[in-house]
Amino acid sequence: MLKIAKNNLPALFAVIAKSADLYLPIRKGTVNYAPWSEDADVDLDTLKTVKSPKDFFLPQSETLYTAALAGKKIQLEAEPFADTPFVVFGVKGCDVKGIEILDKVYLSDPVDKFYEARRKHGTIVSMACAEPQATCFCKPFSIDAANPAGDVVAWMADGNLYWEAKTEKGKKLTEIVSSMLESAADDIVTAQQKDIRQKIDALPYNSGLPLDRFKAERLIELFDAPQWDSLYQTCLACGTCTFICPTCQCYDIKDFDAGECVKRYRCWDSCMYSDFTLMAHGNPRKTQKERFRQRFMHKLVYYPDKNDGEYSCVGCGRCVNKCPASLNIVKVIKSLGVNADV
Amino acid sequence: MQERMRIRAKELLTSGAVQRVLGWKKGDFPYNPEPAFFTAEHELDDLVYDRFCAANLSGYMVEANKQDGKTLVFLKPCDTYSFNQLTKENRVSRDKAWIIGVGCEGNAEVDEMQEIGLLERCKVCTKTEHKVFDELIGEDIQTREKEDRFEQVSDVEKMSPDERFGFWQNQLSRCIRCNACRNVCPACNCKKCVFDSGKYDTEQKANVTSFEEQMFHIIRAYHVAGRCTDCGECSRVCPQAIDLHLLNRKMIKDINELYGEFQAGDDAETPGPLTDYDADTDADPSVVYERG
Repeated sequence: MLKIAKNNLPALFAVIAKSADLYLPIRKGTVNYAPWSEDADVDLDTLKTVKSPKDFFLPQSETLYTAALAGKKIQLEAEPFADTPFVVFGVKGCDVKGIEILDKVYLSDPVDKFYEARRKHGTIVSMACAEPQATCFCKPFSIDAANPAGDVVAWMADGNLYWEAKTEKGKKLTEIVSSMLESAADDIVTAQQKDIRQKIDALPYNSGLPLDRFKAERLIELFDAPQWDSLYQTCLACGTCTFICPTCQCYDIKDFDAGECVKRYRCWDSCMYSDFTLMAHGNPRKTQKERFRQRFMHKLVYYPDKNDGEYSCVGCGRCVNKCPASLNIVKVIKSLGVNADV
Repeated sequence: MQERMRIRAKELLTSGAVQRVLGWKKGDFPYNPEPAFFTAEHELDDLVYDRFCAANLSGYMVEANKQDGKTLVFLKPCDTYSFNQLTKENRVSRDKAWIIGVGCEGNAEVDEMQEIGLLERCKVCTKTEHKVFDELIGEDIQTREKEDRFEQVSDVEKMSPDERFGFWQNQLSRCIRCNACRNVCPACNCKKCVFDSGKYDTEQKANVTSFEEQMFHIIRAYHVAGRCTDCGECSRVCPQAIDLHLLNRKMIKDINELYGEFQAGDDAETPGPLTDYDADTDADPSVVYERG
């Protein structure tokens, strides 16, 4: 275990930023991951950034290739893959798990080269959640907010940042900043971990979620459950839940007319939008009911079916906090989980 | 009051006077009631009404209007302005709604299951009277803290052009284009939004620059100009806490100054100032050059 005094963090960030692009939670009206600079308002105390850090691996929008006319021929130029090392600092346990969930989609065959390049060049410094909040429900998804995954894990306690490298990438980053870190005993971190786990156990959503009902063998039953008829009704069909979600992974591919050329790009899409799954013949998901159902069936049934029973929700609670109509995955789990076998 | 609402809703539903009830349903915690349709008497035991019932239900009446029979809808005073506006635009039919106006004590701003204060719109509330209703339940409590709802707008107006550009760049570059502001807006009731149309390049879900969302928001503000009642739902739902109401309030302030005081949704008949423009007496659009 290593440590650095909290008030030396700006110096630590400066050293990291010399070797890699550094992103961390920065307050600009709201708190989101953004590039570090000396005058940036770094905010490591706010537990939840509005958006998850998935942007760094799956950006909201990215160009895939550019097509331009050269005489009478069309010239295609592929967008280069990411080749700059970067560090994302302060990622919470739920969000690290979110990235692991994206890995199973983007790094399985056929491997997404754009995503793979970013994963290869990115180092994640995660941070334990000293003060978990009321909307957190990571525990039912087997995430330990007191000891998150990541290349380096950090704990903020006692006026210090405690630092432990967990992977080869983490060890490399540790070497770069080693002169700034001093060795430390484990006791403060161990005490904080115990405290965090106790706090999480006491949170309202962390016990009693009837998740065990969401299984592939109940797929048809859940799909046809009458509860959907009322659950979706006041969904506004906005994309807030999908865009702030650390595991929502769907994208659209489109062409942008840039004048001299056409840029083919991909960007996050939302299953809540009416043109999602729109095809030449029409849309198989005709109403918001089908769209709404898709989002939760994907997270709770389809994804687990393909990934050893692992749900693609990490309980970060962002949707609980932000849905304009106060709908969210917890309400869906509670509604369907109880009566699905009736 | 909540009990009176339940009793009355049950009466109207069981008597067949209305086919469904649009209200707020108990959430799994007090802070998160959700807008909901009720179609059976026993469901109405879950009807709640308190300061957490912030959602303006009038927009949902566009869908309810397509259903058979009448819908009982509970509207707070400010929500009735939106309903009037929707009636004016022929998006809802007055005789398909049974409106119970409910008194309002202001709505809570909520973060992490905690009440963190009063919504901005309630701090500058000017709409304490129900403008359309069949019956009323409950009393209104004045929550207004500030006399001038245009104070923030005036502050932005006083900025130099560069400062103002910087201000809006800071605000709008935060936009993630989730469309929550548009979809919650009762005035944004087009069947197909131009920003969802595959026919034009406006459908982009991606930006060339981080400030491109200004186009979306400015166009939206222009489109609802003279129709926006200042219900404040856009700012309430924005996940990135963008002060969207400032754009709409700027329009309202300008309309008031150039065309005379006008409150959209005051009634369901008076044409909006921009739809009955009079070339002889009204301000010419070029006034913008003189005003800056």
